[in-house]
Amino acid sequence: MSSQPESTAMPKGNSFARTMWSDFGMVIVLIILFIFCAVFVPRFFSPINMRALALAVSMTGMVACTMMLCLASGNFDMSCGAVIACSGVVCAVMINKAFPYVGNYSIYVGLFFALLVGFLVGLANGLIIAYARINALITTLATMQIARGIGYIICDGKAVGISQENFFYLGTGSWFMVPIPVYITVCCFIIFGIILERTSFGRNTLAIGGNEEAANLAGIRVAYHKLRLFIIHGLMSALAGIVLASRMTSGQPTTSQGFELDVISSCVLGGISMSGGLGSIWYAVSGVLIMGIVQNSMNLMNVPTFYQYVARGLILLMAVIFDRYKQRN
Amino acid sequence: MSSIATDYLEFVNISKRFPGVLALDDINFSVPIGSVRALVGENGAGKSTLLKILSGAHPPTSGKLRIGKDNLIFENTTQAINAGVAVIYQELQLVPQLSIAENMYLGHLPEGSAFINFDQLWASTMDSMRQVGLGDVSPKVKVGRLSIGQRQMVEIAKALTRNAQIIAFDEPTSSLSSRETDVLFDIIRRLQKQDKAIFYVSHRLEEIFEISDSVTIFRDGRHVNTRRTLEGLTRDMIVKDMVGREIIDIYQYKARPVGETAIRVTDVTGPGITKPISFEVKKGEVVGCFGLVGAGRTELMRILFGAAPRYSGKVEVFGENVEINSPADAIQAGVMLCPEDRKKEGIIPILSVQENVNISSRRHHVRAGFIDRRWEYENVMDKIHALAIKTPSQRQLVRNLSGGNQQKVILARWLAEKIKVILLDEPTRGIDVGAKSEIYDIIYRLAGEGIGVVAVTSDLPEVLGISDRILVFSEGELAAEIPRRDATPENVLSYALPQESRKHFRESAITDRLVPA
Repeated sequence: MSSQPESTAMPKGNSFARTMWSDFGMVIVLIILFIFCAVFVPRFFSPINMRALALAVSMTGMVACTMMLCLASGNFDMSCGAVIACSGVVCAVMINKAFPYVGNYSIYVGLFFALLVGFLVGLANGLIIAYARINALITTLATMQIARGIGYIICDGKAVGISQENFFYLGTGSWFMVPIPVYITVCCFIIFGIILERTSFGRNTLAIGGNEEAANLAGIRVAYHKLRLFIIHGLMSALAGIVLASRMTSGQPTTSQGFELDVISSCVLGGISMSGGLGSIWYAVSGVLIMGIVQNSMNLMNVPTFYQYVARGLILLMAVIFDRYKQRN
Repeated sequence: MSSIATDYLEFVNISKRFPGVLALDDINFSVPIGSVRALVGENGAGKSTLLKILSGAHPPTSGKLRIGKDNLIFENTTQAINAGVAVIYQELQLVPQLSIAENMYLGHLPEGSAFINFDQLWASTMDSMRQVGLGDVSPKVKVGRLSIGQRQMVEIAKALTRNAQIIAFDEPTSSLSSRETDVLFDIIRRLQKQDKAIFYVSHRLEEIFEISDSVTIFRDGRHVNTRRTLEGLTRDMIVKDMVGREIIDIYQYKARPVGETAIRVTDVTGPGITKPISFEVKKGEVVGCFGLVGAGRTELMRILFGAAPRYSGKVEVFGENVEINSPADAIQAGVMLCPEDRKKEGIIPILSVQENVNISSRRHHVRAGFIDRRWEYENVMDKIHALAIKTPSQRQLVRNLSGGNQQKVILARWLAEKIKVILLDEPTRGIDVGAKSEIYDIIYRLAGEGIGVVAVTSDLPEVLGISDRILVFSEGELAAEIPRRDATPENVLSYALPQESRKHFRESAITDRLVPA
């Protein structure tokens, strides 16, 4: 016990390089991958493809922000894909229902009810996981099915076309050639990056993931914190659902099946630990982009979809094994 | 009386070194067959380590066992089981979801074919169950439905099925009612008649006089004395052997002025507390809480800090009634806790020193939602300096620090709060001597600032060395309150040992559950 730990004997320069590597290692991998694809994959670096890529990752990016917080706190959420579908459907139905009465304001009615769906699912997840202390995987697996089912019930299983065309601007409009959902995602990255780094809420999230009991004994109100976390995550999923509905000009109950797994894989690929305590917005950004680039390049190279699944699985496995190895050193 | 020639088990020059601690130092003694040998000593005297060596859980650093004519060193528990050793631990090693029979044969189930032969299993289980007085219980009953006492019998039966010649009991009666204890003693006597060698570890000296025929006393990892007969032996003589050491003054105690009441606890009960507890601590006073493992001290600290529910009673801090229902409430009220298990409850290992130090007090330094980063840096550097925390930088992960420095990080966490009362649970456990005296220094400094300090410790010299007053806990109640001038190792320890009279209270608290066969 009295001997100094080895790491303290390390020269400063080395430990700086090490910190850089552990904080930004995946960002470096991302940059290398990007350059590699730009050089070797035909049409990758074209403006049209860049726009498509950005749009493709915008959804995962948004939800990854709050999934990052969930994972960093040692929790888990499987319900976000279903919330996207359910809130999209609710948004569409409410806009159509409210239009005859309030005209253009019906969009806000739709937004309100869509976010309410996210809030309620988040509230349920949070209460059950934090206060009833039920396993997060099982809880969100259940709420996932409930949300998915309610989505189907509301629209009777059929896609709901949205009558208000102004609403489509959110998902299909663009400023300076860049689609609006991309701006939203970038804003989310910045906001949640700051939340994680600079606010008590963010730092406490990591503390809870690092050692829940110690965080409790340090005076953090753990259950209340988790409840807020799941509500924010629910609201974020609902926002993604609204954007998606706007892009598709309809609310579709079948959309985003397995989306939660995409988000979780992206986060883990970026280096966010499944066991909690480790997280950085850079991990989320690089994970989401690496997944997006790989998928985009495979599409450009006409890799059949079935093979794409295998490739993505392999990449994820490699990433977690690499992460494990990195942590052991 | 057995003579030395028939000694069955002998410990020969057994030593065990853990990192930084010599847990057993050259142990030599022997036990004949047909004898019940009591092992006594304070917490950390080496009894448990010795049992672990006997059971093969820890191989000894040096030395060997002689069983019969064989010289043995157990590398693992399977070797010990094969050599006829069974150790029955305080925490029973049973799987509650499985049946009695399956538990007894766990690891060596009789296999007729690829499938378990359940008929054979039940028949042979019944046999050994009858021997321990469980003849009327079906071997198909799940262990989870048995009372603690019955589970212990299952453990013993398990030892019998493995044909154990040496059976060791580690604090077997700590969770038994007195009726269950009587049943256990009957079985031990029967085993004794079957010429088994039996070890009996207990803090209850009354029991030792009742069941054992000889006693071996440990202190600080050394074998102090073996008395081969209990004739003429008194309880006081055993206690003297247990504590009789020279106490080196690493404590540097100096008397401090004491002010008004810092915390007054009135009739508090909660989980692990058997009788309402009342006491008070003055400003500037260091109150030591001594007791054996499981005496309720940690439980009381957790209740006072809001980490465990308080069933009744009230707490006043600096003369004001406080309602503490969570650690956050406690901190708000000025009551801080440094928890017993540093690694599990104290530090957040994968976060930096800075994060660990600032985790609580940073809530006071938030501007427009953002943590004041300059304050964060200044506070952690200030505390690293003030407590002499040895770390290459504030960004170092806490898990890379030594135990003493981790403890300082936890103390540093509270120094930026308005501390009125600080509860320290085993503040120096697992810390080397140098860091210990630094921790004592911090304790005195805190007390000197007018803070009420409560220090729980299982280290007898330490509690005598640092406390202005000692609270002695025993079996979930406050057994005695001893001012510094009256405290001696003997009287503190004798209050900590469970008294015969308290058994009656326990008896009414534990009611035996009936188990359907």
